[in-house]
Amino acid sequence: MSVTQQELDEFRQEVSAWLTEKNPGDPGFLLPESFMEVGTDRQFDYLRVWQRKVYEAGYLGMAWPEVYGGGGKPQVFQDIVTQEMAQQRVPFMTNTIGLNWAGPLILQRGSEAEKKKYIKGILSAEDIWAQGFSEPDHGSDLGNAQTKAVRDGDDYVINGSKIWTSLGSYAKYMILLARTSTDGPNKYAGLSFFLAPMQTEGITPQPIKKLTSEFGFCQTYFDNARIPADCLMGAEGEGWSIAMATLMFERGNVGGQAGGMAIMDVNVNDVLELARRSMRNGKPALEDPLIRDQMVQLMIEAKSNNLMNQRSKIPALASDYQGAVPMSGKLRGTELKRRFCQFAINLQGADGARFISNEAVDGGKWQRLYFNSFSATIGGGTSQIQANIIGERVLGLPKS
Amino acid sequence: MSKDIEFSEEQAMLLDSAREFAKRESSIDLVRARLDEDRAIPVAVWDAMAELGWSGVVIPEQHGGLGLGFSHLVPIVECMGRQLMASPLIWSAIAAHALSLAGTEEQKSRWLPATAAGAIGTMGLMEAGGNWDLSVPTCAAKLESHHLALSGTKVFVEDAAIADFIIVSVLLEGQPRLVMIEASSIDAATVNREVIIDETRRSYRLTLDGLQVPKSNLLLELDFAEIELAAMLLLSAEMAGGHASTLDLIVEYLKTRKQFDRYIGSFQALKHPTVDILIGLEASRSQVYHAATGFDAGASKNRELAVRTAKAVASEGCAFAGDRAIQFHGGFGFTFECDAQLYLRRALWGQHQLGDEVHQRTLIAPLLLADVG
Repeated sequence: MSVTQQELDEFRQEVSAWLTEKNPGDPGFLLPESFMEVGTDRQFDYLRVWQRKVYEAGYLGMAWPEVYGGGGKPQVFQDIVTQEMAQQRVPFMTNTIGLNWAGPLILQRGSEAEKKKYIKGILSAEDIWAQGFSEPDHGSDLGNAQTKAVRDGDDYVINGSKIWTSLGSYAKYMILLARTSTDGPNKYAGLSFFLAPMQTEGITPQPIKKLTSEFGFCQTYFDNARIPADCLMGAEGEGWSIAMATLMFERGNVGGQAGGMAIMDVNVNDVLELARRSMRNGKPALEDPLIRDQMVQLMIEAKSNNLMNQRSKIPALASDYQGAVPMSGKLRGTELKRRFCQFAINLQGADGARFISNEAVDGGKWQRLYFNSFSATIGGGTSQIQANIIGERVLGLPKS
Repeated sequence: MSKDIEFSEEQAMLLDSAREFAKRESSIDLVRARLDEDRAIPVAVWDAMAELGWSGVVIPEQHGGLGLGFSHLVPIVECMGRQLMASPLIWSAIAAHALSLAGTEEQKSRWLPATAAGAIGTMGLMEAGGNWDLSVPTCAAKLESHHLALSGTKVFVEDAAIADFIIVSVLLEGQPRLVMIEASSIDAATVNREVIIDETRRSYRLTLDGLQVPKSNLLLELDFAEIELAAMLLLSAEMAGGHASTLDLIVEYLKTRKQFDRYIGSFQALKHPTVDILIGLEASRSQVYHAATGFDAGASKNRELAVRTAKAVASEGCAFAGDRAIQFHGGFGFTFECDAQLYLRRALWGQHQLGDEVHQRTLIAPLLLADVG
C-alpha cells in the first residue's frame, strides 16, 4: 500500500487536532513519568481511560493486524501519532509492557489462539501486562532464574518470586520466565516462558515502597500457584530464546511495537525552561554566573552525547577504542539525567526542600524525577559496574 | 536540515595520510630530541608537509592552494596533536586566512601562493597581561606619509624567528587593524624567545617599537573574531589529538605496571577516571568535528557556539587527561624522563591559548541560554 506525502500531512493535522481537543490535561495530582512509576489507583485509572480513548479513536496499534484488533495500516501512521503525542506532551500509554514487549512478541511467536486472546485487550488497556523476569537474588543474571514451574496434570505449579514487577497490582497477565528443568547442558536450557494469569490463587504482588514514598512496582510471590498448562508459550526449554526476543522489543532493537508514547521524555531543555522561570534570592536564577555556568555545562554535555552518537556512525571518525560510544551510552545518559535533575532542584532556592505537593515547584516533579533517576543509574548494571565494563572491554584494562 | 557532523572521503584520506606522516616524523623519541633545537621541527619535515599541500589547505585555488578550507585542515592538525608535533602549520594557515579575507590584491598575490608553497607566516595577536580579548590591541600604528610607524610589544608569536612574514594587530586611528610585516624588515634583536610551558614549541616576544612598514602593508578591515575562531578550531583539534595520545599513554601504563602484585589498571580508583578520560575524548572529538562541519560556510551564531564549545570541551578534557597521566605514573610521573609531562605541558598551552573552558563558557552562555525553547 503506497501512501502519499499529502495523505500523511493531512493525517498529522488530524491527529494533532484530535490530541489537542482530547488531551485530558492536568488531573490535579502529579502524574507519573512512565509505567514504572504508577503508584496510586487514581493515577492508574486516569492513564487507563486515556489509553482506551486513544485506542478507540484508532490511534494505537495502527500497524497491528486488523483481525486481532489492530489498525492494519502502514507503520508510518503510528509513527506520526507517537511523534505528535510526544510533541503535545499528552500522558503516556500506560500498558507499556503489553504494547511494546508482550504484544509484539505474541504477534511474532505466539499461536493463533494466543493472538486472538491477548492482542485486543493489550491495546484497549482492558488487560494490563506485567513482566516477571528479574529475581531478588539474581538482579542482572536473568539466565540464572530460579522460580520453578513444575508440570502437574493440566497445570504448572509455580514457586518462587520475581522483583521490580511494574504495574504488578493492576496486571491481568505476566510474561513469566521460570525454570521447568535443572537438567540440560547449561542454565539456559531449563527455562520456559509463560503468559501467566495474575488473578491466580498463590500469586501475590506485594507493592514495594520506593525512596519517593510512592509505590511503583511489586515483588511478586508465587506460592504453589497453579496456572493452566496452555499458558506455556512455545515449548518447554524455549524460555531463554523467547526472553531474548522480548528484550529485543524492550530495547527497541527490532520494530513491531504498538506505538504510542511510552515515557514522558525529560531533557536538559526542560531544565533550561525551569531555569528561565526560577528565582534565587529574589533575582532570576540565570543572572547568577555560577548557575549560568552549571546550566551551560549540562547543555554542552547533552550536546556532546548527541554528537557522539552521530560521530560513531562515521567509520572514518570511529573511536580508537572500539565500542567506546555505544558501550558508554547508558552511563553517560543516565548520569547526565541524574545530575540535571539534581541541578533542577538546586534552582529552586528554599523550595528545593519541598516534595510532591501543591506548594512545590511543578508539584514536586523535579524532586521525584531526581529520586527516580537512580532507577536508571542502578538498574541494568550500576554506573560503577558500567565503568568497570568500559574500562575492561573497551580500554582493555585488567579486571578489577 | 544539514547534519551536525559531515566527513568526506577526502577528509578521511587526509586523516589517514596525516596520521601516518606524523607517526613517522614525530615519534616520541624525535619529539624529545627536538626539545633543545632552535626550530620546533627540521626544515626538511616542514618542506615535506608543504610538498603534500598541507601548507595550502585553506588557501584558495586561484592563489595556489588546495582551497579545501578548515574542515580539511582539522583532521591534519588533530594528527599533529596526537604526535605532539609542533609546526608552523596552525599559525601559517591562520595568517593565510587573514590574508584571504582581508589582504589587498597585491598582498594576496605576493604571499598566498608563497605560503601555499611553504613560506611560513605567523600572527602577533596577543600582548602582555594575559588578556584573551584580542579586539582592542595596545600596540599602535601611526600613519607617517607613506609609512606606518609601529609601536608596542606582541607576545606568544609562534615561530616568529623563522617566519617569512608576521601579521600583527594594532590600533590605527582608534580602529583595530592588521598589518603585514615581512621578515626582511625585522631586526633580529627585536625577536626574543619566550620561556613557555610547552617545550615542543617556539614562542617569541616581538618588539614593534621603531619598526616602519610601507602603508601598503595595511590589511583591509576585518573582524578579528573570524581569525580567533579559526585559530580556536585548530587548537581544539590539536588538543583532541593530544587527549587521544595521553589516554593511550595512561592505558599502556595501567596495563603493564604492577604494584602490590596487581596491575594498577585493575584498581577502580585508576580505572574509573581513565574511563572518564575516554568519554571526554569521545566528546572532544565529536565537538571538534561538529565545529569543523560548516565552519567554512561563514559567520553565524551557531558557528561561534560550535567552535567555542569545542574549545571548552577540548581544553578541559585534554588538561584533565594530562593531569591524571602524571598522577597515574606515580613517582616516575614526577620526573622529566616520563613522557607524561610532555602531554600535560602541551595540554596547558592549548588550554590557555585564546581562552580556557571557563572563558569560553562565559561567552557561550548568552548564545546557548537564549537559543532553545
